[in-house]
Amino acid sequence: MSDFLQRFGRFWLGTVERLGRATLFLAQLMGGVFSLIKRPSLLWKQLHASGVMTLSIVLVSGLFVGMVLALQAFNTLIDFGQENRVGSLVALTLVRELGPVVTGLLFAGRAGSAMTAEIGLMKATEQLSGLEMMAVDPFKRVFAPRFLAGVIALPMLAAMFSAIGVLGGHLIGVEVLGVDKGAYWSLMQNSVSFTSDVCNGLIKGLVFGFVVSWIAIFEGADCIPTSEGVSSATTRTVVYSSLAILGLDFLLTAVMF
Amino acid sequence: MNARAIEILVGLFMLLFLAAMFILSMKVSNLTSLTTTAGYTLIAKFENVGGLKERASVAASGVRVGEVINIAYDPETFEASVTLSINSSYDSFPMDTTASIYTAGLLGEQYIGLDPGAEDEVLQDSDEITLTQSAIVLERLIGQVLFSRSGGS
Repeated sequence: MSDFLQRFGRFWLGTVERLGRATLFLAQLMGGVFSLIKRPSLLWKQLHASGVMTLSIVLVSGLFVGMVLALQAFNTLIDFGQENRVGSLVALTLVRELGPVVTGLLFAGRAGSAMTAEIGLMKATEQLSGLEMMAVDPFKRVFAPRFLAGVIALPMLAAMFSAIGVLGGHLIGVEVLGVDKGAYWSLMQNSVSFTSDVCNGLIKGLVFGFVVSWIAIFEGADCIPTSEGVSSATTRTVVYSSLAILGLDFLLTAVMF
Repeated sequence: MNARAIEILVGLFMLLFLAAMFILSMKVSNLTSLTTTAGYTLIAKFENVGGLKERASVAASGVRVGEVINIAYDPETFEASVTLSINSSYDSFPMDTTASIYTAGLLGEQYIGLDPGAEDEVLQDSDEITLTQSAIVLERLIGQVLFSRSGGS
């Protein structure tokens, strides 16, 4: 019994300690972000690695999610004679919720795990120590560009996800299922507000980008420098990012809507 | 990959983001209606606004001419005070225009319909529409039906 309590206490103390280390890491990261103004080429390279490379999966997923939403919405709404509202439903669901959340999950899985693996490998092969030996601050050189790239890329990817999802919904709803084209777009425009829906979706994307990048880079920098350590850090990134995204999504929705 | 190719791809990424934002703001949301032509405001007081919401349409002869921008309760007259914004190009509503709250379809959203009167004087900015007809509240309607049936039989 006392053994169980010891392990329980040690687990939770370890968790709190990690959280504290992560917060101090974040403070150092923010300091490193300011020095990126002097060296923007690092940022472009990371934007390419995180943003551009995630583009294909985000666009394809967005298209299919939009199409599926239109299909399911149509099947239900037609019972009430309101199938013209497919556009409104697809757009609101995507812009408010699915756009930021699904993009966040895809980003965490693709770009977040890549960031963790890369940084973890740099730690395991002692490249980070080497940089410190040369008086190069790894926060400014390695971590901050990746962090800022993630924060910038995720809301942009979320917007692209929502846009292509709405177009996919149009493809299925109007072309295949026969919803009136004018009704699809006009009812959608009536119900989607730019300030409270589109902008709030972008804010969600920003928050998710912040959290996913923070978790990914911290796990990479804090991992046990063996191959097994890197692998478990990568899985921890994906799992914690996903949980954080879903939890924050609930909080943000409660605050915003 | 060399630096130039990276910069070109990131630039294309930014362009794609701008295109997505353009689609989202122009086609999907109501941004175009936020930046439409200027309008003038009118006030209308109702006993009961029913389910009227802000941004509901204001229509004359079924054509949208403006929208509701504010609904407030006036504690002095004990009525609801609704502020309408009418498109500047429709500036010839007579002083005895009636504002009524109708429902679009059977169970649709509520909107304000303007029926013009016959006076010469025209409503100006910040004028009040004095002739109003409140929304139909279902419970009162049922009450009226029951009362008239029990009174008749």
